[in-house]
Amino acid sequence: MPTVSMTVNGKQVSSEVEARTLLVQYLREHLGLTGTHVGCDTSQCGACVVHVDGDSVKSCTILATQCDGTEVLTIEGLAEGNGPLHPMQEAFRDNHGLQCGFCTPGMIMSAIDLAKRNAEPSEKEVREWLEGNLCRCTGYHNIVKAVMAGARAMNAAS
Amino acid sequence: MPREDGIGAALRRKEDFRFITGRGNYTDDIDRPGQLHAVFVHSPHANARIRSIDAEAARKMPGVAAVFLGSDLAADKIGGLPCGWQIHSRDGSPMVEPVHPVIAVDHVRYVGDQVAMVVARSRREAQDAAERVEVDYEVLPAAASTADAMSPGAPQVWEQAPNNVCYDWELGDKVAVDAAFGRAKHVTRLQLVNNRLIPNAIEPRAAIGDFDRATGEYTLYTTSQNPHVIRLLMGAFVLNIPEHKLRVVAPDVGGGFGSKIFHYAEEAAVTWAAGKLRLPVKWTADRSESFLCDAHGRDHVTTAELALDENGRFLAMRVETIANMGAYLSTFAPAVPTYLYATLLAGQYTTPVIHCNVKAVFTNTVPVDAYRGAGRPEATFVVERLVETAAHEMGIDPAELRRRNFVAPDAFPYQTPVALQYDSGNYAGSLDAALAAIDYKGFEQRRAASAAKGRLRGIGLSAYIEACGIAPSAVVGALGARAGLYEAAEVRVNPTGSVVVFTGTHSHGQGHETTFAQVVAERLGIPAENVEVVHGDTNRIPFGMGTYGSRSLAVGGSALSKALDKVETKAKKIAAHMLEASEADIEFVDGKFTVAGTDRSLAFGDIALQAYVPHNFPHDTLEPGLDEQAYYDPKNFTYPAGCHICEVEIDQDTGHVHIDRFVAADDFGKIVNPMIVEGQVHGGIVQGVGQALHEGCVYDAEGQLLTGSYNDYSMPRANDVPFFEVSTQETPCPHNPLGVKGCGEAGAIAAPAAVMNAVLHALAPAGVKHLDMPATPRRVWEALRAARVPAAAE
Repeated sequence: MPTVSMTVNGKQVSSEVEARTLLVQYLREHLGLTGTHVGCDTSQCGACVVHVDGDSVKSCTILATQCDGTEVLTIEGLAEGNGPLHPMQEAFRDNHGLQCGFCTPGMIMSAIDLAKRNAEPSEKEVREWLEGNLCRCTGYHNIVKAVMAGARAMNAAS
Repeated sequence: MPREDGIGAALRRKEDFRFITGRGNYTDDIDRPGQLHAVFVHSPHANARIRSIDAEAARKMPGVAAVFLGSDLAADKIGGLPCGWQIHSRDGSPMVEPVHPVIAVDHVRYVGDQVAMVVARSRREAQDAAERVEVDYEVLPAAASTADAMSPGAPQVWEQAPNNVCYDWELGDKVAVDAAFGRAKHVTRLQLVNNRLIPNAIEPRAAIGDFDRATGEYTLYTTSQNPHVIRLLMGAFVLNIPEHKLRVVAPDVGGGFGSKIFHYAEEAAVTWAAGKLRLPVKWTADRSESFLCDAHGRDHVTTAELALDENGRFLAMRVETIANMGAYLSTFAPAVPTYLYATLLAGQYTTPVIHCNVKAVFTNTVPVDAYRGAGRPEATFVVERLVETAAHEMGIDPAELRRRNFVAPDAFPYQTPVALQYDSGNYAGSLDAALAAIDYKGFEQRRAASAAKGRLRGIGLSAYIEACGIAPSAVVGALGARAGLYEAAEVRVNPTGSVVVFTGTHSHGQGHETTFAQVVAERLGIPAENVEVVHGDTNRIPFGMGTYGSRSLAVGGSALSKALDKVETKAKKIAAHMLEASEADIEFVDGKFTVAGTDRSLAFGDIALQAYVPHNFPHDTLEPGLDEQAYYDPKNFTYPAGCHICEVEIDQDTGHVHIDRFVAADDFGKIVNPMIVEGQVHGGIVQGVGQALHEGCVYDAEGQLLTGSYNDYSMPRANDVPFFEVSTQETPCPHNPLGVKGCGEAGAIAAPAAVMNAVLHALAPAGVKHLDMPATPRRVWEALRAARVPAAAE
């Protein structure tokens, strides 16, 4: 069995895993980081989105071994302990951008990547970016508002 | 004085913190010590006899603890999955109600039917072993089409259901209706398909069964909208476990929309297996499995007619529907196309006579049951497509035609000819608000501008009414429901003045931890922050019926209100004792108890503390404690209503339907949290848009589900929909303490008709007269092509 080593949310981890282990399985089952969710098996829903070396990636569609030596950031890594929330997290709460919460970690991680590349995305740009994230609860209306507000807040802070 | 965190406040949700930080506790996130993993083997055939099952090779695979078959459960006398609502046919005979074994024994009846359960140390070992289970099937022809299920020669799903008929039910006065049609000046007739949908909550279903050897208590963790209902059905009818030895926990649940109401085979199987193996057994569906094992929704084929006089007044409506039950009767299934459907065919109108016949059929497909709206989207689609089509056929403006037929605001209570009595409403108010919001007057100008660009523009209305706040037990009991549909609440005041609410409802996205806290804050004058709402665990909340049918505030909130009444009464007694006044002189306002006419007062917190540190209570007339429970059984359904309007622009070259604008003007009675209500409407609208433009199950002639994953079943995405303009008016419900009507399903109920009316309005000048949902680009393009080149299309 291969050994994978990577940095997850700032911490070095190293484990022996079956070669077929997906990154999302590694995060959820080996590291107990259950904030990243599995919603489908055809790589469409986006509930599993995390960052690998700064880019948003669907963790259900990449093997843990492919992430050897990388820096992985999950939803749990956005805010330290009892520290302040990430502006995108705050924006989701403030704009009622979530209902059941299941798609939310993937939405937030995906939105943060957009906001890093585009400081003030338009409604159209947000909607197109989120094509890879399904939500069944919100109708996307408040998610789009949240992402636009979160992007503004992220880029105001920097 | 209005509170910032009371009724009517757009309070940010208390539950959000755990969801936005990835600390939600969904069923698959839960691990029990020593747990094994279950994987089910599913039938690949829609209809087949099981000749034999050989599980020996599977049993020998690494990590395998057991392979259980239907015969193992039968040997333990495990019961079939029960149906909770009995319908009778018009000849008085009860519906055909086949036994639904937890795991199939000698016959499979749909692709997805469970035939074995493999339990192993890890999920991957269980999956590997599942592939080694050998089932010898004798494949039989399948009945896969709703429309053709009753055709002579169609394969029979159940021997005891000739022509695949489960029941043949009717409502209304056929003689009077036929007579009215005889007098009509205009008849509008439509053949409508309400396309089969898959609810597809983003969290797949999961279940963990556990058994405690020390106490003999079973625990089931499950993705359910109603843990108490599961405890009742599974405990009493399937596994024979008394309720005090069965705990059901529905933790955080990632969406339900009805699909997580029902008691499913996997829940019973893992609970039973945990008892057999004396270890926890965990199962999580993958999405492809969900497509085959979650109840599907809708699936009606309907012929509907509306009779009108020369002025466009509705004289009568006649509806014949074939409703697909699937292969087995799911928990609520028979009620959905009957009492939740036909009773809404009056819509917002004064149509004097209506008749509806529903034939429910079995097919070799996944069982069909309630999905957001459950019968009311189907009814609204029939009514509003008929009304809009009649308007265009008769050359009367669609808004005007509706006005001529609305139930007037002073006509309530209004008895419809289809059993329901509407209690309150202002339909013209919603219509006017919606027309203004979408700028109805400017439509023709916008249509001309689109036409100049070669695009087709259309506008469609949908004036819906629905019955929810499920349900008045006496009424539904008389109609065949096998359980009461009351709700329970307990309000426990702590000595330091904080409050815990225990509710039998369940929040899987609806924000009850916030809205219920707002109700308490308003009543007791304490911060909503100090109110904790507990739901989802039958060990913590003794009884309840869960969340579906837009019932949580209407029924659950009313139970809460009654419990608060009891708290207030007791608190006043305590205050009277402490202030040495008579109870009748105590006033309670904004969290303070005051002796009338004086400035002597105590805060709620003082009372709370004293209740638990009662130094000199007269104990024979005043007990310590401040903790009250109440049950609430609604007197009637509630009747939210409103008007949704959709405007589309269609690209003739691609068939793509672009939603240019969509407005909703709704009446939900009193609103506790407008932000949450808007969110519910947004979500419901997009599910309705999904039905109208994107979604639909396709079965082939052999009963294979071709739309078996997100690759083939198209879900609406962020770039498929615009921002919505949502407004509300409040005509309070007259029969519950909060005056609320419920809002969770309205969007899904109203939207499909609004979208399709708009699409057909846009396509009409091009010669398209008919189009079924979903109006995908391909189907729109084909319809345009057929209309342009009718000869070549033959």
